[in-house]
Parts: sequence; C-alpha cells; structure tokens
Amino acid sequence: MKFEHKLYLGLGVFFAVIVAIYWFWSGESGGSTLILASALLGLVPGAYLGWWAMRMKPRPEDLEDPTSEESTGVVGAFPTYTIWPFVMGMGAFMIGLAMVFGSWTLVIGFAFAISAAISVTLESKRGGAV
Amino acid sequence: MTLLEQKGEASAHLPVEHHQGPTGYYRWLSSTDHKVIGKNYMYTSLVFMLIAGLMAMLIRTQLASPNSTFVSQQTYNELFTIHGSMMLYLFAGPFAFGGFANYLIPLQIGAPDMAFPRLNALSYWLYLTGGITMLLGFFTASGAAAFGWVGYAPLSSSTNSPGAGPDLWIVSIALVGFSGIFTGVNLVTTIFYLRAPGMTMFRMPIFTWNMLVTGLLILIAFPVLTAALIMLYADRHFGTHVYSVKGGGSPVLWQNLFWFFGHPEVYILALPFFGMVSEIFPVFSKKPIFGYKGLVFATLAIAGLSTGVWAHHMFTTGTVLLPFFSALSLLIAVPTGIKIFTWIGTMWGGQLDFKAPLTWAVGFIVAFTMGGITGVFLASPPIDFATHDTYFVVAHFHQVLFGTTIFAGFAGFFFWFPKLTGRMYREKLAKLQFWLVFIGFNLTFLPQYLLGLRGMPRRIAVYATTDHFTFLNRLSTAGAYLTAIGFVVFLVNMWVSWRSPIKAPDNPWDGHALEWATSSPPPSHNFHKVPPIRSNRPTWDMNHPEHADGRVMTAAELSREVLD
Repeated sequence: MKFEHKLYLGLGVFFAVIVAIYWFWSGESGGSTLILASALLGLVPGAYLGWWAMRMKPRPEDLEDPTSEESTGVVGAFPTYTIWPFVMGMGAFMIGLAMVFGSWTLVIGFAFAISAAISVTLESKRGGAV
Repeated sequence: MTLLEQKGEASAHLPVEHHQGPTGYYRWLSSTDHKVIGKNYMYTSLVFMLIAGLMAMLIRTQLASPNSTFVSQQTYNELFTIHGSMMLYLFAGPFAFGGFANYLIPLQIGAPDMAFPRLNALSYWLYLTGGITMLLGFFTASGAAAFGWVGYAPLSSSTNSPGAGPDLWIVSIALVGFSGIFTGVNLVTTIFYLRAPGMTMFRMPIFTWNMLVTGLLILIAFPVLTAALIMLYADRHFGTHVYSVKGGGSPVLWQNLFWFFGHPEVYILALPFFGMVSEIFPVFSKKPIFGYKGLVFATLAIAGLSTGVWAHHMFTTGTVLLPFFSALSLLIAVPTGIKIFTWIGTMWGGQLDFKAPLTWAVGFIVAFTMGGITGVFLASPPIDFATHDTYFVVAHFHQVLFGTTIFAGFAGFFFWFPKLTGRMYREKLAKLQFWLVFIGFNLTFLPQYLLGLRGMPRRIAVYATTDHFTFLNRLSTAGAYLTAIGFVVFLVNMWVSWRSPIKAPDNPWDGHALEWATSSPPPSHNFHKVPPIRSNRPTWDMNHPEHADGRVMTAAELSREVLD
C-alpha cells in the first residue's frame, strides 16, 4: 500500500511542478486548470492511500515472502452471471439515441436504466454469486 | 492454504457457480467473467478494425488517380472521419485496455476476476452500443460526421455540420468515453487490491505495470473529452456559445480540451502495446527482461510528460507557448528511447526463437522507431509550421499508431492466442501475414512523407495531374492493397484454427508470467492453485527451479532501493 501511495503522490507532485511552471510562463488559464486538476487527481487519492498505509499492516501482496498463514483469507465475492449490466447498457444506448432523434426511446431508455440500477443494487446487497 | 483456495471454499455454499450458469446466448449476454468480456472486447474491436480498414481501402482507391470520382467529396469526408474515429476510439484503445488488459490482468496478478465485474460488463455494452451508434451515421439522410476524427470547432457547429450524423458521433464517443473511464477505474482498483500474496508492485509483469499507468492516464484524459463533447452538444442544440466567437466563446478552447485528451490518448493507445512486447521479448529470447525498473520508470515518465504536451498539435494556431510544449515533446523521446534500448538489450545475446510473436514484435520496433523519430522532427515548431496538415503528418501518425497497434497488437494476439482459445494458430500463415503487412505498411506510408514534403495537404479528396502527386499516391495505394491481402491471410488463419483445431498446451512458449501457470483456456476463477510468487517470473521459477531468479529482497530493502 505504501508504494501505491507514493505512486499517486509522485504523479500529483510532478503535475503541481508542471502547472506552476506553465502558469507563470504562459498565464493561460484553460490548460493550467486542466493540469491543476491532474495534480489533484494524484494528490487526493495519494493522501487517502497514505492515510490507510499508516494504519494498516502490510498486506500479503505487499510482502516479499509471505508465510502461508499470512496468505489466508477471503478475497471477495465475485458475481458470475447477471443480466443487469446488459440492460443498463441498452438503457444508455436508448437514451443516447433519444439525444439525437428526440423520440420515445428516452422513456424506454430510462425504464431500462432505472430498473437495472435498482436490480443491480439489490443484487449486490444480497452478495455472492448471483 | 492460498487466498484463492480459501475463496473457493467460501463460495462453495453459494447458489450458482460458473459451471452451473446459464447456457447459449443468455450466458454470453449475462457473463461477468473478465475472460468472456475480454474476448468480447477483442473480437468486437477486430471487427471494427476490419470495417475501418475497408474504409481506408476506399480512401486509397479514391486517391490512386488524379481528379478521381470514385467517391463523392462528401462521402470522402465521411469516410476519413469515421475511419479515424473507429480506429482510435473503437479499435486501438478498446483492443488493448478492454481486450488484452481485461483478459490478462487478473491472470497476471493471480486474481479471480476484475475488482468490479458488473461494471466491467457494463463497460463492454457501452462500448458495443457506442460503436453501433457511430456506424448508424451512415444510415441517416445527411450522412455520417464529416469533420475529421478531431471534430474541430467551428466546423462541428450546427451551422457548418447540421444533421443527425454529427450528433450520433458525439453520443457515440460519449458512450465509449464512459466505457473507457469505467475500465480505467476497474484496472487501477484491480491492480492495487487484488494481487496474489507475494505479488509486490515490483514483481508485476511489465504489461500489468503499463496497464496501471494506462488506467491512470484514462482517468486524467477521458473525462475531459466527455465534458468537451457535452459542451459541443449544448452548443449545437441549446444555443450556448462555448466554442463560437459570436457569443463570446472560443473555438481554440475546443482544441485545448480535445488535445488535452488527445495526446495522452496516444499513450493510452501505445503503452499497453509497449507492455505486450515487453512480455514477448524475454520469453522468445530465453532471458529475463533487461532493465525492469528502467522500463517501469520510463512508463511513468511518459505518462507524466504526455499530459504536458497537448498543444504541440496546435503550434500553428499562434496561441500556444511554443518553447514549453516543444521542450516537453522532445523530452518524451528520452523515456521512449530507454524502452527501445531495453527491448534490444533483452534480445541481445539471447537465444532468439523467431516464432510469429517475436517476428511481429521486431517489426513493431522498426515501424515505431521510424514513426517516433519523425515525431521528434514535428516537435520542433519550425518544421511543424512547414509540414502541418500535410501528408508528412499523416505518414508520421500512421507509422506510430499502425506500427504500435497492428505490429505489437498482432505480436500479442498470436502470443496469447493459445491461452485465449486453447488452440494454436498456424505459424506459416502468421509469418506470411507479417511479411505482407510489413511490406505493405512501408509501401503505404513512406511515400506519404515525400508527398507531405512536396506539399500535398491532408484531407483532400481530389488532386490535379499538374500537382505531380500521382506516382507516389499510386505506390501508397498499392501498399494499402498489399496490407489488405495480409489481413485476408489473418482471416484464413483464424478460419483454419477454428475448423481444424490443434490443441494448445498450457504453456507453449515456456512463458514467464503467471498466466502461463494455469490451463489453456483458464478455468472459471482462473487458478486452481497459484504458484508461490518470489520473483517477477513465477511460472519460470516453478518450471525451472535450478535457474530460478536470484535472492529475495525484503519489502523495506526494495522500496529503499527504488525510491531513495
């Protein structure tokens, strides 16, 4: 976790240096805002990971030579089959087409997307293979 | 007991296991297995590539003779717009970060799946529907978008490009953009949180490293494009004036936003393919990779620098800080050069086995280096002013992108084909395809450099006999047809391996990374047992204990050595 933290932070610091040079040299606000946002994209998650790295023991994947005892535990629950991402994708497709053709597909699109959002949430709450 | 065995026990009581799942089309529609989604991505993007390739053939046929009327000028504009858009948004990126990364990352780090399997499935459906949306443009009354893959303002405004085609283009790329962002989140989270015990950051395969950095670049670049597209849509439909001078907006703002996405995008396309050849060179040279840490830090340097060079596409607008963007663009050549050096260093003194993957990978170095060096020329503003919007630039970016996505892409495709399908491809056909494509590729694009230097502008449908562009254009078109024959050979290869399969062993190349330690194709949750990971070549160590990689360093030692 410590290295992940340093990786994000390093990118954030790099962009912070670049934005300082760019802003003082060019005075151009559009590009400066974008690089500043990139710097924050490094610094904010970097700080979060660092905050956790200080409070956690190294995980088995951070250890060079983990013992079998350190390597036990449940990785997580992974769904195997669920139709709802497909339904949500079709909903997004219909909404997209409605943005071009301004038609009744908007209603179907939202019906698909909302039902999929509710179903996928319930499914995740139930957990495990679904 | 490993984490994964534990996982198997933990899920044993759950209602549905992979092997009990649905069958037929429903299985395909509802699968959240990263391997199924990865293959879907790969095959879909190859189909999009072949469609866009056919468009390139039409473009080259039009340009084969002066004053040609093979297609109308409007159709020509639509063809090069959708050719570029499909190749960049629907093939090059999704083939790598949707296809290869989805399939390989969990296998390479010893994980049972991606971190967010449902989000992963949604990414694919957004990508597929986005691709279909783009092609729908050809079926509308006003035709598909015709303003180039960059969609510059004010050409893309509702006055200059009316109709449904441009709107379909905007919606399509927004859908594909969201799909990319979700994939980026999934990649970074998977690599940070689902590595097997002992798989430290500095033991990850280079491909996985490159995909991590690609994921970070996606998170920086793609949201900017999506936001820019939403503003373009608002300009076209809601009467806003973000990109029009009339209402106080700025057309150059579109270029700034677009290229802030567009230049990192070039590296989002390239880095995964750099990762693929970094896996191939050591295996076919029978050596560990030369300069592992150099490659990792070169990748990080490329990522950092790539976000500070966007305005080198805008030198001729006269609104950008030339020395800043020129200097950073030239600097990128340094980490890229380090990479080429380490690939050659890996092959140096190795026992080279010129199977199809290595042949394609060497072809990649040749093609990419030529394109890369002309990129260094273009980073210099005086040269850029002279060659901007000419065929010199067309030749440059095709050499870089074709060189990367096709040569390295097919190197990777043939390398992992046995793992993906459990079958072997036909070696002779793969080599024949290589030579046809390699000769065709150079014959297509080398003459375009000369055409550019002689002043042929890009995006023109017609040129006159008196321009003296005919001979070089004919050469270029002949090269394009040769390349197309190469892709027919590829389809024949796939057909043959489908109809008369040769079973592939689990580890046909004596591979190094973890994906070669499982069966071909892998079981539903990837591994029955993950081998111990004590170096960055765990499968090699397992199969060759007498030559296992050196002393194991402690985490503290390693991070001190790397960071201080």
